[in-house]
Amino acid sequence: MEMLLSGNQALARGIYEYGGEFASAYPGTPSTEILETIARFFKDDVYAEWAINEKVALEVAVGASYGGARSLAAMKHVGLNVAADPFMTLSYTGVNAGLIIVSADDPSLHSSQNEQDNRFYGKFASIPVLEPSTSQEAKDFVKHAFEISEEFDTPVLIRVTTRICHSKGLVTIGERKTVDRGGFEPNIEKYVMVPAYATKRHKLVIERLEKLKDYAEKSKLNQIEWNDKKVGIVTGSVAYQYAKEAMPDASILKLGIGFPLPMKKIKSFASEVDQLFVVEELEGFYEEMIAAEGIEVEGKKYFSNFLELNIDCVREGFVNAGVLDSSVLKTLPKTESVLPRPPVLCSGCPHRGLMVSLKKLGVYTTGDIGCYTLGGLPPLSQIHTCLCMGASIGHAFGIEKAGKTAKKAVALLGDSTFLHSGITGLASAVFNKSRITVVIADNKITAMTGGQDNPATLKTLMGEKTKPVDLVKLCESLGVEHVRTIDPYDLDATYSVLKEEVEREDVSVVITTRPCMLFPSKIRDIPYRVVTETCIACGACFRVGCPSISAAPETNEKGKHKSLIDTNTCTGCTICAQVCPTGAIVKVES
Amino acid sequence: MNNGTTNVLIVGVGGQGVLLASEILTEVAKNMGLDAKKSEVHGMSQRGGIVTSHVRFGKKVSSPLIPAGEADAILAFELAEGLRWVGQLGKDGVMIVNTQEIIPVITTTGKFSYPENIQEKISQLAGSPIFIDAFEIATKLGNFRLVNTILLGVLSKSLALDEKKWLEVIERMAPKGTGELNRKAFLEGRKYE
Repeated sequence: MEMLLSGNQALARGIYEYGGEFASAYPGTPSTEILETIARFFKDDVYAEWAINEKVALEVAVGASYGGARSLAAMKHVGLNVAADPFMTLSYTGVNAGLIIVSADDPSLHSSQNEQDNRFYGKFASIPVLEPSTSQEAKDFVKHAFEISEEFDTPVLIRVTTRICHSKGLVTIGERKTVDRGGFEPNIEKYVMVPAYATKRHKLVIERLEKLKDYAEKSKLNQIEWNDKKVGIVTGSVAYQYAKEAMPDASILKLGIGFPLPMKKIKSFASEVDQLFVVEELEGFYEEMIAAEGIEVEGKKYFSNFLELNIDCVREGFVNAGVLDSSVLKTLPKTESVLPRPPVLCSGCPHRGLMVSLKKLGVYTTGDIGCYTLGGLPPLSQIHTCLCMGASIGHAFGIEKAGKTAKKAVALLGDSTFLHSGITGLASAVFNKSRITVVIADNKITAMTGGQDNPATLKTLMGEKTKPVDLVKLCESLGVEHVRTIDPYDLDATYSVLKEEVEREDVSVVITTRPCMLFPSKIRDIPYRVVTETCIACGACFRVGCPSISAAPETNEKGKHKSLIDTNTCTGCTICAQVCPTGAIVKVES
Repeated sequence: MNNGTTNVLIVGVGGQGVLLASEILTEVAKNMGLDAKKSEVHGMSQRGGIVTSHVRFGKKVSSPLIPAGEADAILAFELAEGLRWVGQLGKDGVMIVNTQEIIPVITTTGKFSYPENIQEKISQLAGSPIFIDAFEIATKLGNFRLVNTILLGVLSKSLALDEKKWLEVIERMAPKGTGELNRKAFLEGRKYE
């Protein structure tokens, strides 16, 4: 039977079919649906959980592998930075049952803060990297990854990209098969990485890499499709699909194993074609290794390391290289540039009241990773830094200690982000006698990635009730003496509490209490409308940046547009009514 | 059509149902025994941003993305989005535009304004585009959420996919209890002139 599956669904299906028993992840676009699919369809056979962060996700997956379960840790590309500590030494200990780490990279930064190429992590840690190019391969490669993992005693990195994760294609469905790897067996020289044992293990890692190179030479995952020999292309992942469509007559060496490379195979392929190209997304990862072998090759000169590839830019690269006729390049008709639609905080988002209050206070906001970053764009413009998970706290503290900035900086991060990487920053700030204010926008969900539970919510990914972390008590136990909670729908109260805490000469934490209005279920109250006759077109409601508010056709005497509320989407949060100076925004009569 | 592959670009604004529409189209193509791929980006686009979905089907599909200017059909769920993407239409391609307007927050800053005379501008670039007020038809049928099924009905006339397969997939994928209504909406779109 065939099904239409996204790359993420296919990876989940692969974990199920090939005997996976354990999966842990922290949500992150474009990887999130892997665990959601496992939990939704396969939870009777595969245990799935949201971990507090990627480092923990990998550590428990390693434990599960040592304990005999074929395991998965899934994360977005930047998540592997968080998990890099266990990842690097995990290469030394190896595994018991097969262990897969999925890194979902995001070329073009569709939903990320950078576009790092995580194939380098494979080379960095001497861990093999598999790169599927379709949903079918995403499923199939799980099988190969488990087998390689167990045969070579190594974790395996499956590196996918947004276009693999979120594209759907046909996948042939099979039955589940399991393996028996026994339970955890103590082996001090393998599992206890103190210098004496780790030294021995490193030697084994170096030997393992040589064996993996031999495997890569023979593996069917690296395939040559012979065609015209004027042009030979080495490629992998989704770039293979673009290369194949752009150059249907060329010979292609498709790499399913992105690291280590089958260098003998590449050499022999290169010797048979007139000109060798590498088409790969992001960095010149294959190209550098191939060129280092003294093989004549072109790649990044024609195919940019900036943003994701597509057929058009691959065609253009081959035209510029002089091996494809320029008639394939289309000149698109000139169209009018249409206004942008940057993503915004949803109608009724509880972060809006917080943003409006912070703006009124005139502080800087060191931001973090989550929906509230959308408050950095006009008209709110109230996020001033955003670097990585949890960084908001360190930033605010650093700016304070540097002592050269007149305005105060307030750290802002969500519940899930605080638990992921904020606790350590806060403890460090208390310990080092900071005076910062940290705002935890606790909307009781991991919202940006589509509404996942986290350790401060009430249920696990398996759907069981659990004991949530008490954020107030947690902060108090870290030594924060002033922990306050606020309702961000109440602008006056939010402003006055924030003002008091920002002025305080001690670390303080302010926690908001309103849930996300989108997840786990949509929240709607009676909508509001604008009384056009009372509206003076002052623009105050425009400045709260709500997608339900737009310019009305009516204008005031100076020609400024009055406001209009879309009652189909307004959730009745009342923020705009609270900022309106003339009381022109009123509840729709039921 | 390029080497027997049909390319359909579906565009709109987050929350309009673009993703479900492309899901249905891809499933219908699959049920016709064709290879099919669909690609879109989730994430930030859900928060009122631009949504695009590429659907390709035929004997064998390689790239999940449609090459520039090679769409056989563009289905725009929103008027200005129709104007934004019309340049992607291939020779003899079909342009279908829902005339609904969704004005983004950014217009309140005064730095951007919603384009004017959009239908005229699209017509200059797209031969004979089909404009439809699907929102009004949906409201008449009793539920404004039927917009995407009506638009699929319009699209279905220009694609070589069986009506029976369309109806099967729509009834199966429609929210519980709305199968019959969605069937009606699809047929309403299919007879739209």
